[in-house]
Amino acid sequence: MITSQPDATGHFGPYGGRFVPEVLMTPLDELERAYLEARRDPAFQAELADLLKNFAGRPTPLYYAKRLTEQLGGAKIYIKREDLLHTGAHKINNCLGQALLSRKMGKKRIIAETGAGQHGVASATVCALFGLECIVYMGEEDMRRQRLNVFRMRLLGAKVVAVTNGSRTLKDAVSEALRDWVTNVHSTYYLLGSALGPHPYPVMVRDFHRVIGEETRAEFLKREGRLPDSIFCCVGGGSNAIGMFHSFIGDENVKLIGVEAGGRSEKLGDHAARFSGGSPGALQGAYSYVLQDSDGQISLTHSISAGLDYALVGPEHAWLHDRHRAEYVACSDMKALAAAQRLARTEGIIPALESAHAVAEAIERAPEEPGKLFIVNLSGRGDKDTDIYRENLPELDDPI
Amino acid sequence: MTTRIQQAFDRRKSEGKAVLVAYLTAGDPTPEHTPSLVAALERGGADLIELGVPFSDPIADGPVIQQGSERALKAGTTVAKVLAIAQKIREASQIPLLLFTYVNPVLRYGLENLARDAKAAGIDGCLLTDVSVEEAAVYVNAMRAAGLDTVFLAAPTSTPGRLKLVAKYSSGFIYLVSRTGVTGERAELSDSLQPLIDSTRAISKLPLAAGFGISTPAQAGAVAKIADGVVVGSAIVRLIGENAGEAGLEKFARSLRTGMDA
Repeated sequence: MITSQPDATGHFGPYGGRFVPEVLMTPLDELERAYLEARRDPAFQAELADLLKNFAGRPTPLYYAKRLTEQLGGAKIYIKREDLLHTGAHKINNCLGQALLSRKMGKKRIIAETGAGQHGVASATVCALFGLECIVYMGEEDMRRQRLNVFRMRLLGAKVVAVTNGSRTLKDAVSEALRDWVTNVHSTYYLLGSALGPHPYPVMVRDFHRVIGEETRAEFLKREGRLPDSIFCCVGGGSNAIGMFHSFIGDENVKLIGVEAGGRSEKLGDHAARFSGGSPGALQGAYSYVLQDSDGQISLTHSISAGLDYALVGPEHAWLHDRHRAEYVACSDMKALAAAQRLARTEGIIPALESAHAVAEAIERAPEEPGKLFIVNLSGRGDKDTDIYRENLPELDDPI
Repeated sequence: MTTRIQQAFDRRKSEGKAVLVAYLTAGDPTPEHTPSLVAALERGGADLIELGVPFSDPIADGPVIQQGSERALKAGTTVAKVLAIAQKIREASQIPLLLFTYVNPVLRYGLENLARDAKAAGIDGCLLTDVSVEEAAVYVNAMRAAGLDTVFLAAPTSTPGRLKLVAKYSSGFIYLVSRTGVTGERAELSDSLQPLIDSTRAISKLPLAAGFGISTPAQAGAVAKIADGVVVGSAIVRLIGENAGEAGLEKFARSLRTGMDA
């Protein structure tokens, strides 16, 4: 039986841990203590459950994609509709949890990093909800390609700080957020948006997203009377995937499939496929699979989806990978785009480009597996990606 | 056996003075420049050199050292080239050399490989800014086995329990982070340094060098009165970025030395 809990110092097997400057070690201890208290505090859990239900819109539907299933003529495909949550993605689950935690810790200044902007929007939203100051670090390149989300964050009262170093994407935004935290550690809560970074973030972020898998498992059993055969999730840092996978880790007959960004080619720098193209290393607080060159410098990454465009995968995924409990594959930009179009036209659902990677893998496998039951976690909706869809589908963009 | 690092602190202590620790990023602006820049710092009065190994994602560094790292990486600086630079410095000088970097390039090179090759190149010790004492055991064992000192950071946020572990794993000296924050020049010295010195002295006999935010002769002088060593980094890297050259670095180091010895 494979269990999946980190040890006392936050290691999943060899992965995870805390690779940060000494200044942050005591604050991380304080955060861990506060989190462990909150985890067993019924009042905290009740308040979170109420917000998830009445503010965020949980539970989300588990939708049987009948037309897509019939078209592919193989496995029966269900879609977990995290895209229907308030703010448009699963990210709100974690943000509500951490905002409650920051309030409990008495911190009124919140910093966050964002790639696609979904975590930034969710952070700005919970800060507005709780009356907290919100500063979001975002790579300049990501601000350009996720312009709508930049505006949404500002509309919600957050300050968006453009990060202009390095590749000007998520990795650089995380570095700037960490530098801010190192400097303002007494006053500031770092609302990290994925299951990565130093312990306790990977386990805490996972736990706030476990509701995805818990709902899915219960509802699926009710509908099908048995467990699914395969579950597909996209993996950037890996928060939606770990939240979904976690309820099924003990069910060894359920295949867990994480889909990374295959980008535009298999060349280093052209993708964010950490398992096929990377090796173990430490970045931004965690030890896990990372894209790096032969001298240990972190590689640039590319993906059409900003939310998957990151050099390191969350440490629990590294451990699930090495234990062969989950399988990780890569999907190219073009396949993700095609899958998004297909889902839009077949089911009337425009997915986020991140989630389209998971859809693509399910579409590829479904015809070969008749009689099998699939679940795709649709982690976010595609509104934010309208500009990218337009750029890539110019034939649909004639105004007349 | 006392290491070159320990000797440097012993010598200055016997003179009633503090050690001047100068940081520069190896390979900035190119690997060819570094040995002569180190020689200039030594002529100006630096007692110990922190040789920064550039890393692509330096989360503990402010903009000045980030830019120095970018220049060095652009010039093709690798861990192997930094060791070759150290060897070159060692041909002409006995100044203690401390590698100062992040964990990933070291892991990639291999802990044992690095310990062996660094020792052979004339390096005296190593400091990894993102390795906490919790993650340190394997690394410390590899370095100590090769006869290298391991320096750890102590911060204003470190609890007494953590300071004990920092002291246990450190050799040569303990690096006190004078303020919460990243590296960089600051107008004012932090008032969190004195309490950190007091609490660290209470549990360790190792020399204490303070850094982060120290950049002027007056600041260096003030810190020299309360710590065993003063670390200056960003101000030097800024001068290198401004093409101050050997003469500029020597002059700046001398001004720090004068401030500290006053």
